[in-house]
Amino acid sequence: MAEPLLSVRGLEVTFGSRRHPFKAVKGASFDVYPGETFGIVGESGSGKTTIGRAIIRVYPVSAGSIRFHGEEITGRLPHAKARELTNKIQMIFQDPMASLNERAKIDYIVSEGLLGRGLGKEEIRERVSEALNAVGLLPEFATRFPHEFSGGQRQRIGIARALVMNPEFIICDEPISALDVSIRAQVLNLMSKLQRERGLTYLFISHDLSVMRFICDRIAVIHKGDIVEMAETETLFRHPLHPYTRALLSAIPQPNPHTEKNKVLEIYDPSCHHYERDVPSWQEAEDGHWLYCNQEEMKQARQRLK
Amino acid sequence: MSKNILSVRNLHVKFVLRGRELHALRGINLDVRDGESIAIVGESGSGKSVLNKNFIGLLDQNGFIPEGEIRYYGMGDKLRHYPGAGSDDNGSYIDLTAFKKKEDWLRIRGSEICMIPQDPMTSLNPLKTIGWQISEALLLHKGMRGKMAYEETIRILEDVRIDDPRRRYKQYPHELSGGMRQRVVIAIAIACSPRILICDEPTTALDVTIQAQVLSLLHDLKERYHLTIIFITHDLGVVANIADRVAVMYAGDIVELGLVDEIFFDPRHPYTWALLSSLPQLGMRGEELYAIRGTPPNLFKEVQGDAFAARNPRALEIDKRELPPYFEVSPTHYARTWLLDPRAPKMDPPAVIQKLKELGKEETHHG
Repeated sequence: MAEPLLSVRGLEVTFGSRRHPFKAVKGASFDVYPGETFGIVGESGSGKTTIGRAIIRVYPVSAGSIRFHGEEITGRLPHAKARELTNKIQMIFQDPMASLNERAKIDYIVSEGLLGRGLGKEEIRERVSEALNAVGLLPEFATRFPHEFSGGQRQRIGIARALVMNPEFIICDEPISALDVSIRAQVLNLMSKLQRERGLTYLFISHDLSVMRFICDRIAVIHKGDIVEMAETETLFRHPLHPYTRALLSAIPQPNPHTEKNKVLEIYDPSCHHYERDVPSWQEAEDGHWLYCNQEEMKQARQRLK
Repeated sequence: MSKNILSVRNLHVKFVLRGRELHALRGINLDVRDGESIAIVGESGSGKSVLNKNFIGLLDQNGFIPEGEIRYYGMGDKLRHYPGAGSDDNGSYIDLTAFKKKEDWLRIRGSEICMIPQDPMTSLNPLKTIGWQISEALLLHKGMRGKMAYEETIRILEDVRIDDPRRRYKQYPHELSGGMRQRVVIAIAIACSPRILICDEPTTALDVTIQAQVLSLLHDLKERYHLTIIFITHDLGVVANIADRVAVMYAGDIVELGLVDEIFFDPRHPYTWALLSSLPQLGMRGEELYAIRGTPPNLFKEVQGDAFAARNPRALEIDKRELPPYFEVSPTHYARTWLLDPRAPKMDPPAVIQKLKELGKEETHHG
């Protein structure tokens, strides 16, 4: 397999004071390979956004390492190196209503990342119009304000803002949760098109597995700061091993009134684990299918796979 | 078939915006039956929320109703002397569009028709405990106070599946998670013991797991309190679970109405096809997901013909000129599209819809 583009090992992020620390992420490890879409799924408060923000260096990392192209990117970096990283790693935010500066015109919003980098006005304008074009917005929109756009168009502006930096890696933090279903499809299609054309790598963060099944190559399931399961999308959907994954899967609303009306919801109760005696660890259950479990659960999981 | 509890007749709503008139609802006809749950599905801007705001008198200041009636049958003869009172073959009714004063609305709001707003974060008072907020509803609508109100509040909290209600009673909204807060909002609504519960996208702000739990809770409460539920959403995926009937709204009009099975397994309107096709649950990875082109029509202008025609790649010539009537597919299923006219060319629905149809056949075969 190719070298991973991003490699996260034992990542911990801690908030709060020294006396009352709160570990939002407790030792996450995963690799993201070039050109793939890697998904992180979990409920609110599970730490999925925190992982994204730690990668983009917004939150300081308290332990573990994050390597991008094999180079460590946590902690203090030389100014030039940090700048280069902001070019290469970009982010798309959840709420297109809240993440755009209401007082700025579109061309400024999109160009903001390019300012102060020694680029000429003409070049900036060219790159902005090229980015707008790539997301399917007309160049004349550049002189309008965000409030003149619909939700789907605003999210396109958010994507254009990320694209203008020519990134390799984009962190998408719930990019479609705030959108209407019909608009979701447009944005999802746009994202896959851009990935094909530019060879982008995505880290896709969401709570909605039905969307992830559609867009992600591999998925990691995170619960209360622990990654509990990681596998290729179809494997995960076919053989969910962790009880929390099964709960998430059972909650996906299906567009089928017959099955929906008789649906049995699985509710995950962490007390089903007996981790006091038998300490859990991160283990591979089958090829590429990882599970956070203890020895006994691993035995059961292997049984299930047979 | 049970009786109607609410009947909307040719309802038009217009808004005045900067001196121009926006035609938000363009002649809605809808009967809501007693004890059913009906889902109203549409994109943002389709008018689904505007329609429901009419039922509890919360239309914005600049909105008015030039035409139409909303007949509410739940009060029986109690409001005989009101200007909008009357009776038809379904029983005595009161016309909600005749209400002018706030005092009139207080007879309806809460105790008869109640609404669960979309965002539980903004709909609870952050300065009061949740127990206080629920007992307030009990005091205002049932005159309960003191010990009695406390016990009743605890019982309702248990009903909405909040664990340890005696502790929760004393907590403030910020101490609760999003799903819990939504349950509290539902508890306040239930405390008024309404006949009709309007749920305005109650699950969009929630996680998928919590969403599923809230949906099943609503299901239970409906049985226990004999509620009629009007469920507003943009997500057809959610509807399959909760609805008995589905009304699909587009640009201020209902374009298709039918039983939930009919809408999912045998949809007829191109807009319903488009909505279903764009669900990621039905998409295949690596393929394009069906996306509806363009934007909804501008309602400042009068819409000519079928409002969806401009975004429908396979629209007929007549769609652009003349508004189709409702064609009957079955006694419970109506769609407003010229495709159902006997003279229309035969057009197969998209592949995804065919797949759903097959699925429906299989199910009925087994069932």
